[in-house]
Amino acid sequence: MSSDAPQPLVALRGVTKTYGEGASALSALRGIDLDIAPGEFVAIMGPSGSGKSTAMNILGCLDTPTSGEHLFQGVHVERLSRTQRALLRRHYLGFVFQGYNLLARTSALENVELPLIYRRWPRTRRRAAALEALAAVGLVDWRAHRPSELSGGQQQRVAIARAIVTDPELLLADEPTGNLDSQRSHEIMALLAGLNRERGVTLVMVTHEAEMARYASRSVRFRDGLVEHDDAASHGGEQAA
Amino acid sequence: MLRNALLVALREVRRNLLRSFLTILGIVIGVWAVITMVTLGRGATRAVSAQIATLGSNLLLMRPGQRFGPGSANAPNFKLADAAAIRDQIGGLSAVAPAANRVVTAVYAARNWSTVVTGTSNAYFDATGWNLVRGRRFAEGELRAGKAVCIIGETVRSKLFGSESPVGSRIRLKQFSCTVIGLLRAKGQGAMGMDQDDVVVMPLRAVQRRLTGSVDVNTLFVSVGARADIDRVKQQIAALMRTRRHIADKEEDDFRILDTRQIAETMTSTIRIMTLLLGAVAAVSLLVGGIGIMNIMLVSVTERTREIGIRLAVGALGREVLLQFVIEAVVLSALGGAIGIVLATLGSIALASAMHVPYVFDARICALAFFFAAGIGVIFGYFPARRAARLDPIEALRHE
Ligand SMILES: Nc1ncnc2c1ncn2[C@@H]1O[C@H](COP(=O)(O)OP(=O)(O)OP(=O)(O)O)[C@@H](O)[C@H]1O
Ligand SMILES: [Mg+2]
Repeated sequence: MSSDAPQPLVALRGVTKTYGEGASALSALRGIDLDIAPGEFVAIMGPSGSGKSTAMNILGCLDTPTSGEHLFQGVHVERLSRTQRALLRRHYLGFVFQGYNLLARTSALENVELPLIYRRWPRTRRRAAALEALAAVGLVDWRAHRPSELSGGQQQRVAIARAIVTDPELLLADEPTGNLDSQRSHEIMALLAGLNRERGVTLVMVTHEAEMARYASRSVRFRDGLVEHDDAASHGGEQAA
Repeated sequence: MLRNALLVALREVRRNLLRSFLTILGIVIGVWAVITMVTLGRGATRAVSAQIATLGSNLLLMRPGQRFGPGSANAPNFKLADAAAIRDQIGGLSAVAPAANRVVTAVYAARNWSTVVTGTSNAYFDATGWNLVRGRRFAEGELRAGKAVCIIGETVRSKLFGSESPVGSRIRLKQFSCTVIGLLRAKGQGAMGMDQDDVVVMPLRAVQRRLTGSVDVNTLFVSVGARADIDRVKQQIAALMRTRRHIADKEEDDFRILDTRQIAETMTSTIRIMTLLLGAVAAVSLLVGGIGIMNIMLVSVTERTREIGIRLAVGALGREVLLQFVIEAVVLSALGGAIGIVLATLGSIALASAMHVPYVFDARICALAFFFAAGIGVIFGYFPARRAARLDPIEALRHE
């Protein structure tokens, strides 16, 4: 890279996303530019329907932009094959869904183990890591329960445990504290901030609560499918680690 | 990758017991139906062939009338002299036996049993291959005088005498009583409820005088010698009978000569048609079973599109998810197929013995039914799963 600035871990360049076609087409993203440096902790805020989840799905390689570029460590993700994107998710990404997306009829522990199965970890090591992740979100005693036997907040914490169990390079969390009480929320934020600080996990988190956004080192505000405010731009990139 | 997918697949099979059970059930029923039907059909064919073999392969059976059964009523019966004429004028025969019969209730002590009484000569035993286990054949004097003596079949013996020895006892037939002088060796039960041992044999004259009340005979048994040409003998007998029965050149025969080979061919071809029909019914049930499997597979893959999305989101490759689904389908189908084969085998053995037909194992039918059912399971597990595994994870997750 010829630029002085360190290469961003992940970047969106003029990304748009349109749902549907013709008259009913809906532009969820209308040209997003976003650079996230390694080790950053970014909070994405914005009103409901402003495109936060859509952008997160693209960052998480779960969805493809209608136009624009999506770079991960300088690689054009939008040009990768389905298999290559799956491997990116497997080895570099962790994702906490707004709607949890746990496997039904499957215990909390097995849900947390799932990403490790596809990483081919041996069983005992997998089990140990999954238990550790469950412990980190305070759910060891609930390991044998299925999602239907857990409260929304507990399911959300299982989803967080599943995302952090692989120790990902980039952790994407879509409203990870949306269903938690204030005390739990702070515990989870402390956990995420700790991962960011101690293990250097790059974190992008969508939140509606300013209180939670304060844990982040940079906040980005969406409105109507555009970036309305970005700390990095207004503070001259002081946050870049 | 294979081991991994296998483990995941087995876990999913266990986790969704009802769905797994229904899939297996569909396959079991299809496989069971086909194998059972075809096996029983095969068994019946074999039973008929075996039964016909007990008649001897060189036996001619002559009946008045063109058709076997009721149609023969219009044509005149044979005369005793017809039998003598055949015996004297046709070469190459080893035995000729005239016979007349009647259904009669036989009574011994407090037991009674309805059976067929056949009046004939000693030649009958040679022609139809009957042997005696006890007692003796008819004496010349008994035949000539039409004495009330009889030789009984095994079924009649067991129904009337139970554990008693029959020879020397007297049974009552209609209004007269009759001394048992011999017991026939059992030929065994034939197919379709035909019991060959359910017979009482008496001198022809005794039956004519005491039961039918006429001097006619309604069947002629002709045993052809081993070296004679059966077809030629048949022609000669037919020509002789036409002159004896005064049939004009243009008229049809009013009697019929069947040889056992011909009977065997007719019966086996009838049974072959029945087997085909049963097979068709079975194929339909296999098809219905297959549609059931299809349905369950399609529904379960649709239901599981979200699961596919979750797996893809945490880093599974499309082909890993697909492999998992295919293994699930293979495991369920193979299990269903195996259970179907086992049940069909047990069921066929039981049904075969109830119907008195031999059980004939046919590996080809088992394989055919198995692979058809399993193939449907695998194909309909594979294609919908493939469609889902090609989606972007987020699309699969949104799937309702
Ligand atoms: N699959 C879809 N099909 C059509 N429209 C969609 C789809 N997903 C999202 N949208 C639309 O795109 C817009 C952005 O949605 P998105 O989920 O990104 O919002 P958000 O910022 O995450 O909102 P929230 O804070 O409520 O989660 C919304 O108007 C939404 O209706
Ligand atoms: Mg959202």
